[in-house]
Amino acid sequence: MNDFTYHAPTSLDDALAALRGGDGAKLIAGGHSLLPVMKLNLAAPTDLVSLAGVPGLGDITDGGDSVTVGAMCTHADVAGSDVVRARIPALAAMADGIGDAQVRNAGTIGGSVAHNDPAADYPAACVALGATVVTDRREIHADDFFQGMFATALADDEVITAVRFPVAARAAYAKFANPASKYAVAGVMVADGAAGVRVAVTGASGDGVFRVAEMEAALGASFSGEAVAGIAVSSDGMLSDTAAGADYRAHLVTVMAKRAVEACG
Amino acid sequence: MSANGSGIGASVKRKEDNRFLTGRGRYTDDINLPGQLYGHILRSPVAHANIGGIDTSAAEAAPGVHAVFTGKDMEGVGGIPTGWLIHSKDGSPMVEPAHPALALGKVRYVGDCVAIVVAESREQAKEAANLVEVDYQELPAVASIEAAEAEGAAAVFDEASNNVCYDWEVGDRAATDAAFDEATHVVSIDVVNNRLIPNAIEPRAAIANYDPATGDYTLYTTSQNPHLVRLLLGAFVLGLPEHKLRIVAPDVGGGFGSKIPHYAEEAILTWTAGQLGRPVKWTCERIDAFKSDTHGRDHISTARLALDADGTFLGLHVSTKANLGAYLSTFATCVPTYLYGILFAGPYTTPAVYCEVKSFFTNTVPVDALRGAGRPEATYLLERLVEKAAVELGMDRVEIRRKNFIREFPYQTPVALQYDLGDYDATLDLALEASDWAGFEARRAESAARGKCRGIGISTFIEACGIAPSAVVGSLGARAGLYESGSVRVHPTGSVSVFTGTHSHGQGHETTFAQIVSDMLGVDFDAVDVVHGDSAKIPFGMGTYGSRSLAVGGTAIYLAVEKVIEKGKKIAAHLLEAAVEDIEFENGSFTVAGTDRSKSIGEVALTAYVPHNYPEGLEPGLEETAFYDPLNFTFPAGTHIAEVEVDPETGEVDVVAVTGADDVGRVINPMIVAGQLHGGLAHGIGQALLEECLYQEDGQLQTGSYLDYTMPRAADLPSFSINHNTTLCTHNPLGVKGVGEVGSIGVPPAVINAVIDALRPLGVNDMAMPATSQRVWQAIQQAQG
Repeated sequence: MNDFTYHAPTSLDDALAALRGGDGAKLIAGGHSLLPVMKLNLAAPTDLVSLAGVPGLGDITDGGDSVTVGAMCTHADVAGSDVVRARIPALAAMADGIGDAQVRNAGTIGGSVAHNDPAADYPAACVALGATVVTDRREIHADDFFQGMFATALADDEVITAVRFPVAARAAYAKFANPASKYAVAGVMVADGAAGVRVAVTGASGDGVFRVAEMEAALGASFSGEAVAGIAVSSDGMLSDTAAGADYRAHLVTVMAKRAVEACG
Repeated sequence: MSANGSGIGASVKRKEDNRFLTGRGRYTDDINLPGQLYGHILRSPVAHANIGGIDTSAAEAAPGVHAVFTGKDMEGVGGIPTGWLIHSKDGSPMVEPAHPALALGKVRYVGDCVAIVVAESREQAKEAANLVEVDYQELPAVASIEAAEAEGAAAVFDEASNNVCYDWEVGDRAATDAAFDEATHVVSIDVVNNRLIPNAIEPRAAIANYDPATGDYTLYTTSQNPHLVRLLLGAFVLGLPEHKLRIVAPDVGGGFGSKIPHYAEEAILTWTAGQLGRPVKWTCERIDAFKSDTHGRDHISTARLALDADGTFLGLHVSTKANLGAYLSTFATCVPTYLYGILFAGPYTTPAVYCEVKSFFTNTVPVDALRGAGRPEATYLLERLVEKAAVELGMDRVEIRRKNFIREFPYQTPVALQYDLGDYDATLDLALEASDWAGFEARRAESAARGKCRGIGISTFIEACGIAPSAVVGSLGARAGLYESGSVRVHPTGSVSVFTGTHSHGQGHETTFAQIVSDMLGVDFDAVDVVHGDSAKIPFGMGTYGSRSLAVGGTAIYLAVEKVIEKGKKIAAHLLEAAVEDIEFENGSFTVAGTDRSKSIGEVALTAYVPHNYPEGLEPGLEETAFYDPLNFTFPAGTHIAEVEVDPETGEVDVVAVTGADDVGRVINPMIVAGQLHGGLAHGIGQALLEECLYQEDGQLQTGSYLDYTMPRAADLPSFSINHNTTLCTHNPLGVKGVGEVGSIGVPPAVINAVIDALRPLGVNDMAMPATSQRVWQAIQQAQG
């Protein structure tokens, strides 16, 4: 790991200033995506700007028809939040299934969303629930935010402050995890909300989170596991590794979709 | 021997846990010496290449750097030796290429040691290593057995034709062929024993020091056998006499075989400390551990079983190819031969057994012992084959085993071993009962109602532990003896220090051995401490592996205690004015037979050290040493039963029950034995379902971190049912056999037999390890066509 300058700003403005101050400056939230690649010398930021001391990023608020989760909320915060559990239990359950206890106690929603790892769980939740990513300067709908593996709509000097989730009538997440890393091999969030039924898949595609229109249409007509059990997704463009080849991943997407629908009750 | 609250047979809490559980253990990386420097080992990023040249100048000029050494600097220093010479079928010795500690001219695997960079700090050494410029002229790599034996394959060593190290055999081939001629049925199987990465929780580390004032070298290292390291490093690599080389293996966080070998890094560090006159410390990072700790298993085998019409085994023929990796690690050559081929009688009366093993060099990490070392490979093959025979002959899979069990002891197998005693029916019956084998079909139906496929699998097995005696293993090619030493020092006021040549790195020796001594001498458990791991403190030792510590090391301690008691009797007889023959020793008291006149062990000890009133001609002091060379291996045996539930939609295998019925000989501490069994079962289930080391064709390690290499977790395992039926080993006084490897030997075939049993209704008749969800799903897809 190379040497770097560590910044601990206490306001969003200071954080933005520090972020703009160095050519190779990076934000750090929980560090669970950034630090591993830094240890392997795959990333070598000159400056790390911590958001830990910036006030107001750790709140979870009930907005009636939505729940807003502060960017610095850890996965454990979301999993344990009374508001989230009451209003969008599928989101709390999803957060409770990320990684292991250590990861959940340090990793944050803002870090996960900004990183957009194709095997992360949050992108599926954001897209299926129709979330809005709130930054220091604007609001970006999830449909526009995630732009392929490790790519998002964020500008280099833009800071996520919160993610706002509309409350869905029913939703559930089913994940098949990589046996070694526990990242999603196929994670499917199904939500039946104001924008209709949405099926969002993470972990499977090299392009990151995607929706399955055919499943959404089928569920719109008949919201049942059976409705999606026979709908195969193409293995073209699916990720392939030692734990799961493209065919197997594509198959698992259908199985997980069915199970998510059934879990919606 | 009488059981007391902390004696033999009691589940005493472990002495060592006080320091481990409070973070006060002293591991190698916890040790810091004044003036120490840090070494970083630069490793080859390619599997096979000629080294055109190495430019170290930029690294040497980097901040904090004291020195950079490469293979050329160490030229003239001895290579890393191998501990066992194997002869091929034709009588020729194995090919034994040189293994320079730092690569010389060529690198042969990703992870091969290329240079050491020594600097003021760990970070400086690591940073400077990036500045070493190595001209790797890449060569085609052979990263698997198949690649190594392919026509026109690249040569890992010029002297190893077709990359073969040896082509070995055991058993009577003609008799086995004749058995197949007579057979009514012949059942065949092809199996792969998956390559594993050991993953001890503590990565390897070493800190070496050289004292110019005395000429003494000290090496602290993560070893299972410090004296073996001293022997190999001193006599073969650096040419140092034993009295100038001290090896300390302090607390060690797990080994599983991967800390048996003498590693190149130990030689590099010690030599470097001598060059610089300052201590040099190295701690392996996890990412380097994956590609430099010795790996385990990696066999491809084909086997045939000959049976008569009623299912009696007539003959067994096994052909195995084994991957030894890029260099011969310390015990690499004996693992697929003398720890493998001689196991093929198993618990069965098969009258003719033949096994041939061809071993290959490849451009992969050296392969050596891993928990079970050869015996899991043999047991897996045999128990898969026996199960398949039952299915093909339409026999009950329990009855085919029972029909062929050995029941008369001692039993001479056709593959060298002589079993002293066992009761295989008893452990089988116990396992069937404890697992509710008879009630399985109801559980299968219940699972089916939930859409799950349930299966049950069995494995009946023996193992051979405490490899010995020295004369026999020497005649088979071992370059070391396999005895053990134990010393017992009774201090003047009656407390006791016990010195053992075995090494504890998770086994709980400090507790188990203290229980034996406490029980025998009648002193408090808390008054006995066990010392191990330091060549300056221990008379000699062969270390810990192959489930040998209690059977061999424990017996040495037992014999030393007997000597102490014998001497104590002479002192007591003098004090009590009685004849030595009339002195009895029990519960810590020397008593004149038939009287109430006695002296305690404490009184006798004090007399031994303050010999004012003392037997004429007897030496003062109360300290005895024994060296014990066993007459034979010990033969633990058992039955393991696994029950699994498969999700046919995803291919996930859930191990829902594991039952072990084991005969491990006398149990000293049931809690520690249960822990050993649990750990072994976890290891075995890991091999069966999760763990697989994979290389790309170009020799790059695909499973080089925990992102891709799956270790078993608690959630992957059921609560184990552990049961014992004990027969005592006939040739050691404690009647002990060994337990550390039982689970990893016995359970993998039980798990795979269970998976196949679950999937047979779907048309699946074979399954490779690890039975990952993807592999199971693919098998179902193929079977369903």
